[in-house]
Amino acid sequence: MATSKSYVSSGDFIKNLGRMYGTYTGGFLAFIVLLALLELAGVPNRVLGYLFVFFTLAVYAIIGVMTRTAELSEYYVAGRRVPAFYNGMATGADWMSAASFVGMAGTLFLLGYDGIAWVLGWTGGYVLVSILIGPYLRKFGAYTVPDFMAFRFGGNFARGIAVVVLVCCSFTYVTAQIYGTGIIASRFLGMQFELAVFAGLVGILLCAMLGGMRAVTWTQIAQYIVLIIAYLTPIVILSTKKYGIPIPELTYGQAIADITAREQQMLAMGLATVANLKPHISPFINYTPLNFFGIILCMMVGTASLPHILMRYFTTPSVREARQSVAWSLFFIFLLYFSAPAYAAFSKLEVYTNIIGRDLTEVRPWMFQWGELGLIQVCGKNAASIDAIVAACKAIAGHPGVVRLQDFVINTDVIVLSTPEIAGLPYVISGLVAAGGLAAALSTADGLLLAIANALSHDIYYKMIDPNAPTIRRLTVARVLLFFVAVGAAATASTRPSDILAMVGWAFSLAMAGNFPALVMGVWWKRTTSTGAIAGMIAGFGLCLFYLVCTRYFPGYGVAYFGMSSLTNAATGAPLVDIAAAMKLPNAMEMWPTLAHPMANKVGWFNLNNINCGLLGAPLGFLVIYVVSLMGPEPSKEMQAYVDEIRKPRGRTILEEKS
Amino acid sequence: MNQPDTQANQEAHWAKTTRLMFIHLGVWLFFGYIIHMFVVPLNKIVIPILGFPLGFYMAAQGSLIAFVVMLFMFAKQQDRIDREHGYAEDD
Repeated sequence: MATSKSYVSSGDFIKNLGRMYGTYTGGFLAFIVLLALLELAGVPNRVLGYLFVFFTLAVYAIIGVMTRTAELSEYYVAGRRVPAFYNGMATGADWMSAASFVGMAGTLFLLGYDGIAWVLGWTGGYVLVSILIGPYLRKFGAYTVPDFMAFRFGGNFARGIAVVVLVCCSFTYVTAQIYGTGIIASRFLGMQFELAVFAGLVGILLCAMLGGMRAVTWTQIAQYIVLIIAYLTPIVILSTKKYGIPIPELTYGQAIADITAREQQMLAMGLATVANLKPHISPFINYTPLNFFGIILCMMVGTASLPHILMRYFTTPSVREARQSVAWSLFFIFLLYFSAPAYAAFSKLEVYTNIIGRDLTEVRPWMFQWGELGLIQVCGKNAASIDAIVAACKAIAGHPGVVRLQDFVINTDVIVLSTPEIAGLPYVISGLVAAGGLAAALSTADGLLLAIANALSHDIYYKMIDPNAPTIRRLTVARVLLFFVAVGAAATASTRPSDILAMVGWAFSLAMAGNFPALVMGVWWKRTTSTGAIAGMIAGFGLCLFYLVCTRYFPGYGVAYFGMSSLTNAATGAPLVDIAAAMKLPNAMEMWPTLAHPMANKVGWFNLNNINCGLLGAPLGFLVIYVVSLMGPEPSKEMQAYVDEIRKPRGRTILEEKS
Repeated sequence: MNQPDTQANQEAHWAKTTRLMFIHLGVWLFFGYIIHMFVVPLNKIVIPILGFPLGFYMAAQGSLIAFVVMLFMFAKQQDRIDREHGYAEDD
């Protein structure tokens, strides 16, 4: 396709978006109906699962190939033509990862009220994006976040630090997404995990490589539609079946009341003990108040500092639309996040009433499929069949013959994945949920990979190594780097690193400590100097990284040299680990220990979980920027005039990229 | 509407923008943190018909709704400020 032709048709393209995606949504619904008919006709479940996954992957790939581009501004910022509403949808898909889609409801199931810290933290950050940072970066006119740092803070040294922060937080995050695709594909398609990881990789590359931001934008919208339909369908049906109203977000209040009543009943009947029952609505049992509010703050501020999110607002046609787009983003994210607690409540009620307290021979059969995979355990053994659980529980002395709360262990991923079966829905709905989970993981991985590859190709290669590189070479370098980063992330994911899920939380704290103070001060305080910002970024990011690495990988050294002590149990206030005894163990000073190490992740300052290390780093960053800036001369009049320009939506962008 | 791009106009625009920012940060602080500090007493209140304890409801839904509404309001309000001072982009 000639570039001139694509320009002529682009106006029509934007105008026709509503019709295109409307048709697409209708087509997807028709496809679900078709598969439901196939299921009635007796097509085996496995085939249905494959059809779902491959059909959706094919659609994303077709969009990815059709929107390929050879223009820089299309590749990096989708030509800055994406309307607010659609950019909101794309951001929603960019934002909601496998962890949100599959893991969030499970976390809420396990942690009850305390789990809501994640829901709050992963939504409220958009307020900060809109009022403090996003629209100003749009006006600035950057291709990447390091672009802004470099311009505002005196060149390539600041750019380099910003790239380090970006790569540190994005790479761990993208690895977790690719791991997520592997888990979903292996669970639903029975593929081998390592194979599934690389199959997911192909899907990601097909979307992102040829068209960069432009292709990722239009596929993410398609992915959002799939993921939101997949997330809401099972629970809407379940709510209608149980309470007669198709709005689960309203009806689960009743489920919560039932859970609370049932909790008391279970205690009275000896089915649970005060020690192992965590009442669903009681706060601060799993997290201390400091850590609860710390998680909310770190996730919110981290949201406003993550480059792959900020970069989505570079694609809107205007500053005004950037702001509207943030509002739409949060609306589309909200649709999923305010439904997650409903999943948790319905599942918990099902488990508490239909599993706990049942005679071993009468438990409901939906759990055996998950038991086979080791995701549900009863009496310490995989709950693969009635015989298996009866045998396992008989082995426990004095077992009463009914399932008690302490006998039952469930993997958090099962909550969303098993809801269709709990509700007694046909398999086609389970396939739909798998397709939705894949869409969530792929779309986030696309956005993250693009953020990393763009930082490497645009900031490192073009701006620091070869500023005279012609367009063709810049795009080629961008694509080659994208490919290698993706393969690297997939290779890391296929080794199943043990910290992979914790790393997503760490990414937020690292982004918060490294980026937030410099971004905010750079826009809101003209007096911020380059030296101040650079010192602040290094200090904040450094402290956060030190706290993470020390508490996780060098806990013995933290105790011996840095005055760290044991974290405490939120419910009882008792220390998690007896430091004096643990320090006497032969492995006390072990470096890079596994999670089984008695002190790993269990020591720290001020009783602060290491996931909240941004709470240490960001304030230090602000302080250092403030103090160091005041020590030096104020920034040039010219720079101050640029900052004034950023603050006014009207007018040209500061950076004008030649393309 | 068509104000000149003078120093005074620029400062007035930024003062209003800053004020709006602090107002929204205040509301954000309230719904993000302060209200959840009172979760225990709020949980004693049960929302009629729906059956949610209020403290739980605010964290699981109430605050989220507040954030979404806030953002749409902010986009409007900031745009109004920009237009008043002649700094809004052409429609």
